[in-house]
Amino acid sequence: MKLPDLTELALRNLRESILRNSLTTVGISVGVASLVAMLSLGIGLQQLASRRLMKSGLFDTIVVTSRREPRNFGRDEDRNSPPSADSRLLDEPSRVELNRLPNVIEANPDIRFATELRYDDKPYLTTVAALPESSQSTDAFESIQGHFFTSDTAPEAILQKSFAAELLGRPHNTGANETSVSELAAPLLGKELIMSYAQRETSPNAPAPAVPGTASTLGSENAAASYSVVSRQQKLKIIGVVDLDPESMRGPTRGRVFIPLKLAESLHVMQPTDLRELSSSSGDQTLYSSVSVRVKDPAQIRATEDAIKKMGFNTFSILDATRSLQQFFAVLDLFLGIFGSLALAVASIGIVNTLVMAILERRREIGIMKAIGASDLDVKKLFFAEAGAMGVLGGFVGVALGWAIGHVINLGTNIYLRRQALPPEHFWSVPWWLVGAAILFSFVVSLVAGLYPAARAARLDPVQALRYE
Amino acid sequence: MSVIQASPADAPTVAIPAIRVDNLCRHYRMGETLIRAVDGVSLEVRAGEFIALLGASGSGKSSVLNLLAGLDRPTAGSVIVLGRDLARLSREELARYRLHTVGMVFQSFNLIPSMTVAENVELPLRFAEVNRSERDGMTNTALARVGLQSRMHHRPSELSGGEQQRVALARALINRPQFLLADEPTGNLDSRTGTEIMNMVREFNQQLGMTVVMVTHERALAERYAERLIHLADGKLVSDEPNSRAVSTEPISTASEGSLA
Repeated sequence: MKLPDLTELALRNLRESILRNSLTTVGISVGVASLVAMLSLGIGLQQLASRRLMKSGLFDTIVVTSRREPRNFGRDEDRNSPPSADSRLLDEPSRVELNRLPNVIEANPDIRFATELRYDDKPYLTTVAALPESSQSTDAFESIQGHFFTSDTAPEAILQKSFAAELLGRPHNTGANETSVSELAAPLLGKELIMSYAQRETSPNAPAPAVPGTASTLGSENAAASYSVVSRQQKLKIIGVVDLDPESMRGPTRGRVFIPLKLAESLHVMQPTDLRELSSSSGDQTLYSSVSVRVKDPAQIRATEDAIKKMGFNTFSILDATRSLQQFFAVLDLFLGIFGSLALAVASIGIVNTLVMAILERRREIGIMKAIGASDLDVKKLFFAEAGAMGVLGGFVGVALGWAIGHVINLGTNIYLRRQALPPEHFWSVPWWLVGAAILFSFVVSLVAGLYPAARAARLDPVQALRYE
Repeated sequence: MSVIQASPADAPTVAIPAIRVDNLCRHYRMGETLIRAVDGVSLEVRAGEFIALLGASGSGKSSVLNLLAGLDRPTAGSVIVLGRDLARLSREELARYRLHTVGMVFQSFNLIPSMTVAENVELPLRFAEVNRSERDGMTNTALARVGLQSRMHHRPSELSGGEQQRVALARALINRPQFLLADEPTGNLDSRTGTEIMNMVREFNQQLGMTVVMVTHERALAERYAERLIHLADGKLVSDEPNSRAVSTEPISTASEGSLA
């Protein structure tokens, strides 16, 4: 029998006992719906997590350091490490080279130093970190009070919330009665901070010319060194306050005061690593303790990392963390899928039951069809077509149902989130492939369920079947 | 078109039978007892003949018919139709034989109640994978032949017994088979309607050249229409005699290929 005829006859037969077949189909729909609901929850959560993580800048960043780490000096392992020609200095030309690597968006030096800040004539010791312009798009600055740096060299500062509280002399308390960022920002925005810092002077012998009004030469303890250290001051305008966890994982955000990267570079602030590099420093070159390289896609991290290693640097990324995260979600999806499939498995038993009932009911009809020339295969195909039709119908209804359930749960959760004063989240996702796969899966499960009834119907002895009233 | 066709060498002559049944046996086991429904029957049917199988209920006449129709397989012996032994055909080949070579009508009509008249008549064409465009024409022709074109969209339950049997006849000839096998075709009909149906069967026999094998327990009916009467009792052939009293005894044309004229 041809497929159109088969479909037509199958649908006609399904219509004949409409109630029973509808109930069976509803069973399949519920199974498919639970599968779709479970999997789209898993996929949605995964997308939410990776969206968050992507925004955090954790997973697209490689931290590059020089191989000449002081702790390796004079150690035995040093002999096993690549020859010194390979271990390069992390200076400005290297940074430019890193910047030019394929798939690299940008390579920025990590500048971070502890220093004293004066506000309202009171000194505060804290950590200052430099931020590139691109960090504006990370989620840390989503809820900024005030605004981001007007330019990459502007003498401006963004404060971390807890530091802002410290400046205002408020107790730092966490929990329900935490002071809001806007409350802290209001009295601080537009005010001035004076940052004292140590600048490295490149001219070795001549003391640095004093910067008007600020400089007092500290000199250098090792006169043989190629630079001296000068104390300087820089005025900074407070333009923003962020609610950022100082213990956040990413390097630059460990600071409590942030300044633009280009400004930080121009200040030539003395950094802890400078002392380590004494032996090799050519003096007139800035050496970076580390450079953060951002790639376009976390998937390209490994290739880029390999390329950087070939250049002669050490690298670090949280690639392994993403991998285990993916693993976690794969397992989660699997479990959700298994639980979702349970309902479909139960529904498939319903198909078997319905079709076996149909055989008993339509025994005579099968006998007639065989008597007028239907082959075993025709009968088999007819029952398969009925099972398949129920599967496809149930699949479509089930996907719609699962999608609706997902939306209702999403809506409900967002109402709850709003009550808790949290931003709404979209943690529900039904991708097209899932729609297709769910319908296909339901179809295949139905066909498998139809195997036994179809074989049984095909085996019916026509003489017996015709005798049956 | 028929799958099983007589080759030119088998061209219908009186000598070569269309059906040759040889020492046919069909035994059933019912618990401990062996039921010999058909027990060593041998007979021949010539192309274009109209024969009646007579006997009391349980004589084995219906079992013989089922074996001729390829619905059942013999326990022993052979049924050779147009040179092919049905006992040796595969299930698939038997299905094609039932589809193309024989048409059947039953006492209880055996129409599918959920289908309309036209759909019932058309059903064998679906199994034969005839194109949809050709099917409608063939269905109309077959229904016209039994005079039921006006009822084609009715369901069998809306039809009288005689009309239902006419639908069954239309269905039996839709694939242009050479053989019409009828199992008590008038058993559920009053005598006037029964006569009507029997006239139609005779028409198929004489005008379309279909070979007819009819099972009946009504001797009068058999004597009126069949050319040959075969009596069965307890699964055995009792007598096989020509019937000179048939109402129409005009000679059968030599055409043996069943076709809708």
